[in-house]
Amino acid sequence: MKNKFIIIFFYIFFIEPSAAEVNNLESKIFKNLRCIVCQGQSIAESNSDFAQTVKIVVRDKIDQGDNEKEIYEFLAEKYGEWIIYKPKFNYINSLLWFSPYIVLVFGGLLIFKYLRREKH
Amino acid sequence: MKISFLKIISISLVAFALLVFFLALNTDKRYSTEKIVGKSVDNFEIIFLNNDEVFKKQDLSNDKFHLLNIWASWCLPCKKEHSILMALKKENNLKIIGINFKDKKLNANNFLRELGNPYDFSLSDKDGTKTILFGVYGIPESILIDKKHKIISKFIGPLDVNDYEDILQLVNEK
Amino acid sequence: MLSNLGNILLFGSIFITLSIIYFAYQNLKEKNILIGKNLVYLSFFQITFIIASFLLLIFAFVFSDFSLLAVYQNSHTAKPIFYKIAGVWGNHEGSLLLWVNIMVIFSFLFFLFNYKLKKSYSLYTLLIQNILILGFLVFLISNSNPFFKILPIPSEGLGLNPILQDPALAIHPPLLYLGFVGSSIYFSAAMAAILSNSNGKNFASSIKIWVLISWSFQSLGIIVGSIWAYYELGWGGFWFWDPVENASLIPWFCMTALAHSVLVLEKRNYLYNWVLILSIITFISSVTGTFLVRSGILNSVHTFANDPARGMYILIFLSLMIFFSFIIFFKRKINDNFYLEPISKETFILGNNWFMMFYLATVFIGTIYPIFTQVLYDTKISVGPPFYNSVIAPIIIPFLIMMAIGPKIRWIKQKYNDYKSLIFILILSCVINFLIFTFLKSYNLLSNLIIISSLFLIIHSLKDFIINSKTKSYYNLPSFLSHTGFGILMLFIILNHNYSREYDLNIKVGEAKKIDNIEIKFENLKIEKRDNYNVIIGNFNILDLKKNYQKNLNPEIRIYDNPQTLTFESAIKTNLKQDLYLTMSNIDGSDFYNVKFQIKPFMLWIWFAAFLTASGALLRTFLKK
Repeated sequence: MKNKFIIIFFYIFFIEPSAAEVNNLESKIFKNLRCIVCQGQSIAESNSDFAQTVKIVVRDKIDQGDNEKEIYEFLAEKYGEWIIYKPKFNYINSLLWFSPYIVLVFGGLLIFKYLRREKH
Repeated sequence: MKISFLKIISISLVAFALLVFFLALNTDKRYSTEKIVGKSVDNFEIIFLNNDEVFKKQDLSNDKFHLLNIWASWCLPCKKEHSILMALKKENNLKIIGINFKDKKLNANNFLRELGNPYDFSLSDKDGTKTILFGVYGIPESILIDKKHKIISKFIGPLDVNDYEDILQLVNEK
Repeated sequence: MLSNLGNILLFGSIFITLSIIYFAYQNLKEKNILIGKNLVYLSFFQITFIIASFLLLIFAFVFSDFSLLAVYQNSHTAKPIFYKIAGVWGNHEGSLLLWVNIMVIFSFLFFLFNYKLKKSYSLYTLLIQNILILGFLVFLISNSNPFFKILPIPSEGLGLNPILQDPALAIHPPLLYLGFVGSSIYFSAAMAAILSNSNGKNFASSIKIWVLISWSFQSLGIIVGSIWAYYELGWGGFWFWDPVENASLIPWFCMTALAHSVLVLEKRNYLYNWVLILSIITFISSVTGTFLVRSGILNSVHTFANDPARGMYILIFLSLMIFFSFIIFFKRKINDNFYLEPISKETFILGNNWFMMFYLATVFIGTIYPIFTQVLYDTKISVGPPFYNSVIAPIIIPFLIMMAIGPKIRWIKQKYNDYKSLIFILILSCVINFLIFTFLKSYNLLSNLIIISSLFLIIHSLKDFIINSKTKSYYNLPSFLSHTGFGILMLFIILNHNYSREYDLNIKVGEAKKIDNIEIKFENLKIEKRDNYNVIIGNFNILDLKKNYQKNLNPEIRIYDNPQTLTFESAIKTNLKQDLYLTMSNIDGSDFYNVKFQIKPFMLWIWFAAFLTASGALLRTFLKK
């Protein structure tokens, strides 16, 4: 009985990834790029001229075989980190990525402090 | 003891944040792609405006400065800066490369016939994808490249008299 | 004339506010147990004056009195009357007057309802709240006066940005202000509770209803704002993690935490310090958000006209507020000694607060971090949706699970032995999740887990509710609505996120294009003249070859005259299953139109679930024990 459950569980979690994932790369990249001539829009959402051009460039780069990271690096070199919506993890951005989890751990410890321990 | 430790941390964090806000009120928040200045020009291949030949990075001369000017016939500020470019044309130490941006060939040529052609090389970037290499996002933009093919200055928006002076100074240094 | 009258009313309000502060202070020193009648009268005058000034401004907008700068800059005679009124708070000056109005109204009502409570507590609340009101009134008059005159009087106004001429956006600011400006009253009450040494339980029961009211309005404001973004911006999304949206979300996290922990304080007299801190930071975060939005130090979709002096004033006000609330708070002796049982309602509520603080920290740091890198490293970075999604989404899973179990746990202590039904519900959720994914064919581990946990929350709440309703105890109805609503909301947001499809194409009139199994045909274009704009209407025919349905969509490009602007109106066909969403825009110098066609599943359910969540707190406000 128990084994059956485990099998069902694994089956539910690990259904094979569909091909859609690969096609999503393009739109994933578009969503992670800021349209710098627009007001708070991503390249994916914008229909500005600039966005259209960036879309062509990104598609070309994907066809050339560049991976996601290389494309971001290329664009960041030309337009600055400002163009990327998900800041990369580096020295400057380390606090951005860490501090939410610091709050999480600290909060957890604080609550734990107030819990009644088992009496010995 | 632990409470006062928390006190100090929270107070200093808040004070720090407020201080940064105060400083931020007076900093320039405008976006620019000046980060590209100081970098070497990437390899590029851009076709000429009036024939199918290709201009490459290797075609840049080694003993002259280059000014890349990105323009279009439909762009009004480009007309405004045109006289400056014509004046710069007289400068021996400088070659001007015009990159015609998302434009029709006929209109572009009419524009140059009417106002004069300041460019030593006229190139064309029909879909705007080539100029991405220079961090272009709105025209006109101009990029000054030194003899070692390093970008030494970038001008966003139409060139004016001050820019003209700056360019002359940079080009004639040493 | 109007301008003078408005200024008289505003100066009158300042004078009355000053007198309230003075008399409240005098009254506090007196040994008398009763609150002076003069304060009641003064409060009444204050609310009369401030509401009158607001009505006067509405009057000026309705009758297009362009002698006022604010009216000239934001209105136009040809505008429909509804948007003339909405224009009152569609600009910095008018919205600030609305802000002060809400502070005064809350102050008045709180004073009225808590008149019979401990004298020093009521008076301190009145005193502090009026100091805040004074701060904003001085700001209003010195630098953002809505009654500022211009000479000579222009004959016509500049008009309101057409993108703001939308019913949802007209009611969005008042709702949101009722939320986060309303939180000022429990800021004042918290200060008063400390200064008057009030009992925690009394403090909790006096602010509880105000927390619920502000939470409800804040939620409604956020929902209506999202609806506006979805229909009006034409990007197809409803939440963009834009700094202004974040500025409304941060106080919402505080309020949510507070709405829960205030129950612990009321029932068990625990967490007094924590409730005080939350009450204080809710309003502080509201003012911080206002500072970020109005000072222009952030780039954002909805920037108000920027003026560094305004930013400076709010920042100084904010700093003083933080400084004094710190001093007052830290002066209080901490005597919160208690222990909680691991399985008790108290612990679960603390758990809620724990997650809320995590979300708050993430959103707050994400919003202000670009300012830090700009100032400290001279680097401009963007913190956008991918950051928030990747940090927040995984932590939603334990939160949803806890949210499911929490409401059923009893106060103080409980032996939990309901593991059987827990596992049963979990398996049921997994099976439904499995069905969803086989049916819709796509896969992502994180989404799976979120779907399972939100299903778990929904089923668990339903089960609890059915068991409860057998005993006819409907007191849990509000929390049931909110919790279930939230579960449904998360479920459909994730489904929508995973199964949205998007097609981007350039197309000419008369052309048809086929992508996947959908054919998009651009039938024709019409040009029409309407009330205050011209419009180009596209006629598109969408044909789904597989499911065999056909829909007509008519997106618009509107050309407004005053001020001259182009707006792109999306065409949306809604049904229970999905929205078809189409926008078109012209491409300069060609006959092609850029068309974006999106299929967005379950949009209607997202709105429904969001309103359901908000309705819980509204119901609780009106439901008596």
